[in-house]
Amino acid sequence: MPVLWLLTLLLALALVGYVLARRRALASAGGNTRNLHSLPSYYGSNAALFVLVPSLLVLALWLVLQPILIGASVRGDIPPEIVSDGSSFGLVMSDVRRLADGLDAAVGQGAMSAEEARATEVNFDDVRAVLGSVGVALGSAVDTNVLRLAQSYRAISATFDMVRTVIVLGLAIAGFLYAYSRTNADFRARNTVERAILAILIVAASIAILTTVGIVLSLIFNTIEFFQLYPASEFFFSTVWSPSFGGGSELGMLPLLWGTLYISLVALLVAVPIGLLSAIYLSEYAGPAVRAFAKPLLELLAGIPTIVYGLFALLTVGPFLVSFFGQDGHLGVNWMGGGTAVMTAGLVMGIMLIPFVSSLSDDIINAVPQSMRDGSFGLGATRSETIKQVVLPAALPGIVGAILLAASRAIGETMIVVLGAGAAARLSLNPFEAMTTVTAKIVSQLTGDSDFASPEALVAFSLGMTLFVITLGLNVFALYIVRKYREQYE
Amino acid sequence: MYDDNHLAERTVTQNDIKISANKVNVHYGESHAIKDVDVAIEDKTVTAFIGPSGCGKSTFLRCINRMNDTIDICRVTGDIRIDNEDIYDRKVDPVQLRAKVGMVFQKPNPFPKSIYDNIAYGPRIHGLARSKADMDEIVEKSLRRGAIWDEVKDRLHAPGTGLSGGQQQRLCIARAVATEPEVLLMDEPCSALDPIATSQVEELIDELRKNYSLVIVTHSMQQAARVSQKTAFFHLGTLVEYGDTGQIFTNPTDERTESYITGRIG
Ligand SMILES: Nc1ncnc2c1ncn2[C@@H]1O[C@H](COP(=O)(O)OP(=O)(O)OP(=O)(O)O)[C@@H](O)[C@H]1O
Ligand SMILES: [Mg+2]
Repeated sequence: MPVLWLLTLLLALALVGYVLARRRALASAGGNTRNLHSLPSYYGSNAALFVLVPSLLVLALWLVLQPILIGASVRGDIPPEIVSDGSSFGLVMSDVRRLADGLDAAVGQGAMSAEEARATEVNFDDVRAVLGSVGVALGSAVDTNVLRLAQSYRAISATFDMVRTVIVLGLAIAGFLYAYSRTNADFRARNTVERAILAILIVAASIAILTTVGIVLSLIFNTIEFFQLYPASEFFFSTVWSPSFGGGSELGMLPLLWGTLYISLVALLVAVPIGLLSAIYLSEYAGPAVRAFAKPLLELLAGIPTIVYGLFALLTVGPFLVSFFGQDGHLGVNWMGGGTAVMTAGLVMGIMLIPFVSSLSDDIINAVPQSMRDGSFGLGATRSETIKQVVLPAALPGIVGAILLAASRAIGETMIVVLGAGAAARLSLNPFEAMTTVTAKIVSQLTGDSDFASPEALVAFSLGMTLFVITLGLNVFALYIVRKYREQYE
Repeated sequence: MYDDNHLAERTVTQNDIKISANKVNVHYGESHAIKDVDVAIEDKTVTAFIGPSGCGKSTFLRCINRMNDTIDICRVTGDIRIDNEDIYDRKVDPVQLRAKVGMVFQKPNPFPKSIYDNIAYGPRIHGLARSKADMDEIVEKSLRRGAIWDEVKDRLHAPGTGLSGGQQQRLCIARAVATEPEVLLMDEPCSALDPIATSQVEELIDELRKNYSLVIVTHSMQQAARVSQKTAFFHLGTLVEYGDTGQIFTNPTDERTESYITGRIG
């Protein structure tokens, strides 16, 4: 039975269980809800949980294990001679799986009968033609041997599916019977449901945490692997970045780190003053009408995908800057060779960060109690004196936190720098020169035609790790400052 | 119930009018908070505003230094004059006005700065101190007048927000007197204070009366009777009765005043 059907059946069973258990609970209380320990719906939910939880758990486990087990048993049948010519067990296995899926599809669409699909004495070219007609194209390496393997794969799968259906349904029914037998007026269904909800919440939280841990671990392991192939001191302190996939590349991260920090700095120089001043205007000066339309408009900027900003950098800002600072530009300085430069990417990234800085600062400025402002106005201070001397100092830690969060976004930004900053790893102070960043190089190291075990590809992980440590540090620092600020008014 | 003899004996000298209000109306959006209030507040006098909660005492007080300007939905009409100058005139700068008319708020609101900087805030803005020593002197004098000097003299650079509620209120009083206003508006300045601090603040009020005009909102009849020379009784946004404190407390003309003072409404 296909999994979708099985799931539908389980849900239907759960529904039936819910209704029956609820009815039984009511009956056991003589129809009077007050005699029940819990509300009737809790008894129903309890039964539904007993139907679903064990069966779904087993089903999930089964779905993970089945391909592994079947793979192992089929693999034993693969004759070594069909693997020999430059291919591998893995490739043959994927052909087998593909062919088996093709047969399933053919049978499903009626292009082939179930007997034909099982038949051992067939012309392989016919099979190929039939499968082609249902949209499954087979590689040239696929031959009768593979067909035979695929057929045995299908046979084993069918048995497994069968057993799976029986076990899962059996568990669901057993769960229902157990819950139903316990359903009576004194049973504390409410507490059971409460525990189940707690368990669900814990599972959700652990999935999030475990995923993070998994990502960090994979970063760490790959980084370690990289450092076994390439000296760490070179990576951290060399000022040359010139990967060559033929070997003998120099992978010093300093030029990349410098590019990242330089572009982020330019971005913050744009975003912080504009963002902060617009936050001050919106929260302290703007009337409700202006605020009601300006604030959403500003936050709209935050909704623009970064790739669009990247295009903006490449097509608009870059040429615009060149027309001023480039050769034959209005200023006649010839500082800028091409449109891609630190300045281009930094300006655009700064624009991207404005709503980030302004909406966080706006919230923080609004959190400063009105009574502080009243106190200052009451002493004869003007608006700007009040803002400068009372509101901003009170909000400063929060604003610093907002800026640090913006900084960690700038450091992690990729699309804008790929399109706006160029690809040259360079240690230079000139903001009109093309440079590149850690993130952009991670992309280019992994999207090439490279072997994943080479240092040229693995370096991406240690670059990622470096970025991760930097942004983590910034975030922790920002959180620390924001939290410290929270304590002030409480 | 009150010390009738003491009140009756109180000498009532006639001072110049400092603040005069004519047909003042205040609306918060649709709601009408102050209705046709006329009052003439004398110079070098303590005037007490009494009345049940929500009757508009704070609102009227905030009209006198135009603090209501900071509330978007608040609309003030009518005529309020200080030294015979219309304070709602276009020519009047509310910032200048507030330097002249100081205010202590109902809830203590020290700035998140040091105690010293809290006091020095107003004098700095208005350039009242010529030197650091000058400023030190202003700060000490103000803290002494706020009856809090002894408690904070050893920690002038600790944050003002770290003080207790009552200490914060006295800090705010000290902050308000530091700018040497001509009129001081105090909205329930003693509601968070213990009896000792209360009597210190009352002494301060009595002393300030020599030079300033003071308006104090209070829920304590005893306090109104002790410190004020004039009393205004507000009820549901109207000024019901205004007159010499002695007369209001011993012989009110309006029966609502009498019921409130004797504790029947409120
Ligand atoms: N900012 C505001 N917005 C809207 N309505 C307000 C505002 N401030 C006060 N009011 C309303 O105006 C009326 C008078 O309020 P006010 O604060 O002047 O009362 P009060 O006499 O000072 O009371 P209390 O003794 O409790 O301090 C009340 O009905 C109140 O709801
Ligand atoms: Mg009040």
